[in-house]
Amino acid sequence: MTLPVTLDEAVAALAAVPAAVPVAGGTDLMSSVNAGQLRPAALVGLGRISEIRGWQYQDGHALLGAGLTHARMGRPDFAALIPALAAAARAAGPPQIRNAGTLGGNIASAAPAGDSLPVLAALEAVLIIAGPGGTRREIPVSHLLAGMEMLAPGELIGFVRVPLLHAPQVFLKATGRTGPGRATASVALVLDPARRGVRCAVGAIAPMPLRPLEAEQWVAGLIDWDGERGLVPEALTAFGEYVAAACIPDHPPAEDGTAQPLPPAVLHLRRTVAALARRALGRALS
Amino acid sequence: MSNETTAAPGAEQLPHGIGSSLPSAEIRAKTEGTFPYASDLWAEGLLWAAVLRSPHAHARIVSIDVTHAEDMPGVRAVVTHEDVPGTPQHGRKTADRPLFASDVVRHHGEAIAAVAADHPDTARMAAAAIIVEYEVLDPVTDPEQAFEAAPLHPDGNLIRHIPLRHGDPEAAGEVVVEGLYRIGRQDPAPIGAEAGLAVPRPDGGVELYIASTDPHGDRDMAAACYGLTPEQVKVVVTGVPGASADREDASFQLPLGLLALRTSRPVKLTATREESFLGHAHRHPTLLRYRHHADAEGQLVKVEAQILLDAGAYADTSADALAAAVSFACGPYVVPNAFIEGWAVRTNNPPSGHVRGEGALQVCAAYEAQMDKLAKKLGVDPAELRLRNALATGDILPTGQTVTCPAPVAELLGAVRDFPLPGLPKDTPEEDWLLPGGPEGAGEPAAVRRGVGYGLGMVQLLGAEGTDEVSTATVKVHDGIATVICAAVETGQGFTTLARQIVQETLGIDDVRVAPVDTDQPPAGPSCHGRHTWVSGGAVERAAKMVRTQLLQPLAHKFGMSTELLQIADGKITSYDGVLSTTVEEAMDGKELWATAQCRPHPTEPLDADGQGDAFVGMAFCAIRAVVDVDIEIGSVRVVELAVAQDVGRILNPAQLRVRIEAGVTQGVGAALTENLRTPRGLVRHPDLTGYALPTALDAPDIRIVKLVEERDVVAPFGAKAASAVPVVTSPAAVAAAVRAATGRPVNRLPIRPQAAVGAELA
Repeated sequence: MTLPVTLDEAVAALAAVPAAVPVAGGTDLMSSVNAGQLRPAALVGLGRISEIRGWQYQDGHALLGAGLTHARMGRPDFAALIPALAAAARAAGPPQIRNAGTLGGNIASAAPAGDSLPVLAALEAVLIIAGPGGTRREIPVSHLLAGMEMLAPGELIGFVRVPLLHAPQVFLKATGRTGPGRATASVALVLDPARRGVRCAVGAIAPMPLRPLEAEQWVAGLIDWDGERGLVPEALTAFGEYVAAACIPDHPPAEDGTAQPLPPAVLHLRRTVAALARRALGRALS
Repeated sequence: MSNETTAAPGAEQLPHGIGSSLPSAEIRAKTEGTFPYASDLWAEGLLWAAVLRSPHAHARIVSIDVTHAEDMPGVRAVVTHEDVPGTPQHGRKTADRPLFASDVVRHHGEAIAAVAADHPDTARMAAAAIIVEYEVLDPVTDPEQAFEAAPLHPDGNLIRHIPLRHGDPEAAGEVVVEGLYRIGRQDPAPIGAEAGLAVPRPDGGVELYIASTDPHGDRDMAAACYGLTPEQVKVVVTGVPGASADREDASFQLPLGLLALRTSRPVKLTATREESFLGHAHRHPTLLRYRHHADAEGQLVKVEAQILLDAGAYADTSADALAAAVSFACGPYVVPNAFIEGWAVRTNNPPSGHVRGEGALQVCAAYEAQMDKLAKKLGVDPAELRLRNALATGDILPTGQTVTCPAPVAELLGAVRDFPLPGLPKDTPEEDWLLPGGPEGAGEPAAVRRGVGYGLGMVQLLGAEGTDEVSTATVKVHDGIATVICAAVETGQGFTTLARQIVQETLGIDDVRVAPVDTDQPPAGPSCHGRHTWVSGGAVERAAKMVRTQLLQPLAHKFGMSTELLQIADGKITSYDGVLSTTVEEAMDGKELWATAQCRPHPTEPLDADGQGDAFVGMAFCAIRAVVDVDIEIGSVRVVELAVAQDVGRILNPAQLRVRIEAGVTQGVGAALTENLRTPRGLVRHPDLTGYALPTALDAPDIRIVKLVEERDVVAPFGAKAASAVPVVTSPAAVAAAVRAATGRPVNRLPIRPQAAVGAELA
């Protein structure tokens, strides 16, 4: 176990022991280690790298350190900057998990139900990857989550760049219970008044967050960006159903043309996504 | 008890005796994290064990090759079915379960071999290196298919069948309602996973240090498997980290002793959470079909039911669970004609067994759903319909047994019905609302509907159908300290606290200690069906009274009065008139007083071929009113409040009683909403506490204990009824009833899936 204090030291430590595994909050990694499913040859602890535990501003964007904990992101000062990410962080689990689990860890684990992921997808966040020799490269978060681009051995997620939109953002999540739980479906929705856009991502229903691009464009065209941004309830409902149908499409009809109904559990998931998307848009525009 | 607490100034102000809220002696150690549990055990030179478990639900074993495992450095022993010296099969009620599978594996997680090695990782790797060649067979996972399927076991697939016939089969009511209900597989999910240590003895025997809840039963099972006499095996009970069922899974504790005997070294095993889920018994998944007949006034005329319990691969205690399910199939209602057919069948699912309220919980959810249906059809208030049919002392159960114990069912229901309803969230600030889905959830006030529902439940007290429910206890007094020696295991149910209270009450000695349990003590039986409150508590009281007589006899003789006229309080013995007095210390005169006593309730009889018989020693009843909020678009449910009224006989420890009821009700909320161990094609899915959602503090509702009816049961010691099981049984039915009221949906399946809680107008 090494405990580097800068990002470049951490990258160097990983280069020195190629079998080493980086660990930040450890909320995903250590449960596998404790269960005996994973036995890393060495660990590189990221908890002492102070440069990735806060955030800074960079021309209209925030550069979030990958070591930000969910607890930190849930606080009001952060919520004023990026409300949806703060809401996702507060919903991410019980306090013990939120105190330890980090933004970078959530991205690196890339669990389908990772709560920050749909928010980052809706914000079109970009990852700043630290590599050997002090190099930095950028990957859009969606490329990493879709597997289009991967982290090379020895690379670490250093920062996450997200735009500061100065407009309402909503994150909503459905779970099976009242207490903290894994999302069965989640929706992140952000307004971008400067670009007159609505961006939405649906989490937990697929291996990566899904973006209903056509539904976003359709609803952005309905909104009166210069006046009252509200929409009639029918439009909100139609948006919810548009999003749900885009993310959970019908089966194609059978060869003889008969419709292939979705199983009841999938229909319920679609109804849940529709309700979440409708509520999210309604709250963002209210 | 630590010296610190006994020597505390003002000790006389501490709670004392029966009826006081004496705290548990273990409370400090448990809250400070210093209480020793089985996983903390250690012995010099110990080896670590690992068990190889079947990855298939049903397969023929073609061959088992242990040579690679045996050759691994650090491996000290590998054992399979060939190494079992005693009887190859064991079981709690029926011996039908092999220690290690030999020719066939019948469920996912069945033990096939075990390894002892120098390091736990070596043991696990060696277990993984055992090569088992399987011929995978089609699993029988649908209990309805078990009747037709080829026998999964030489004993056949039918574990028990009870055709209960009571009254006139031709009887018919003007109103008939029918329903089909399914109850899922709840896991006891003990917070501390199974762990144990086996230590060989020089005489060829073995000692098992385990968190057993039935030490003598486990000892006898182990001795038979090892080919030893019961005297050669000793079970020492370690700290029990939570138990609402039979703790400790035979598939690891039996191999543990075998490995210790094989290697002549201590062997330890600590189960992972996954092994814990795979190993121990679960609640019976149940399929129930009901038809209720009533007259136009809503008076029940006849109940017909078919109840199918999925026993899983082995019989375990399924025969008892079926007896409870069939006997209580009509609930605490007067039903003149009942025709209940029950089956417990073998499948390739994980074995089911004793989990609090087994059998009774499943039927409660079904008969209460039927009562709601009947009320709706008749246009009667659901509580009113239940009141019209409520059982009372003197009524006859469908088993033909007359209810002789207190049965204040109508009083319990009236108490919860008349309790004021909780306020609506709209009357409080919006930021304080806790909507379905939780504090950061998606709840939308406009989509939330509130529902109110009732559940009435009943359970048996003590083992049924002729089980010899005996317990033995010893009380010793020496040097101002009383010690209770009784093999009743403290599982968290509070027995040791109760034993201390009983001795305090009888002997007037405050410093009472309860000795650790092992099988050198006489048996006290398993911890289930509230038996320790009854028989072990009764045995402690008798032993304490015998000690009292021994202490007072010489004084009484000296004072010239009978022992009944002497009182013991605050360390002093005083005559009834206060004239004569002495101290306990003086009366003891340095002597040591011992007494041992037994408590055995009146006998019961097995159910006959028609399901008739006086099978139960006692019964306890409970009424719960549930208030739920449902997000009718997403189907998320939050239980807002449960109002509980319970028949407790007599309150022995108010604080402990409250805790037991709150814990039981919450376990029931889990069964109602989230707890279901899914086993598609017989394979356990998500055996972890993320996938298997136990209620958290936010899921637990406000629990209002509205009324505790203290009508003493004259045949029970102190007149008390055990309180833990009946709230577990009743709360799922009440939650389902409230969700039914909120959504207008039938809710015929537990746990309630979100798609079943979507409002009727949207579904």
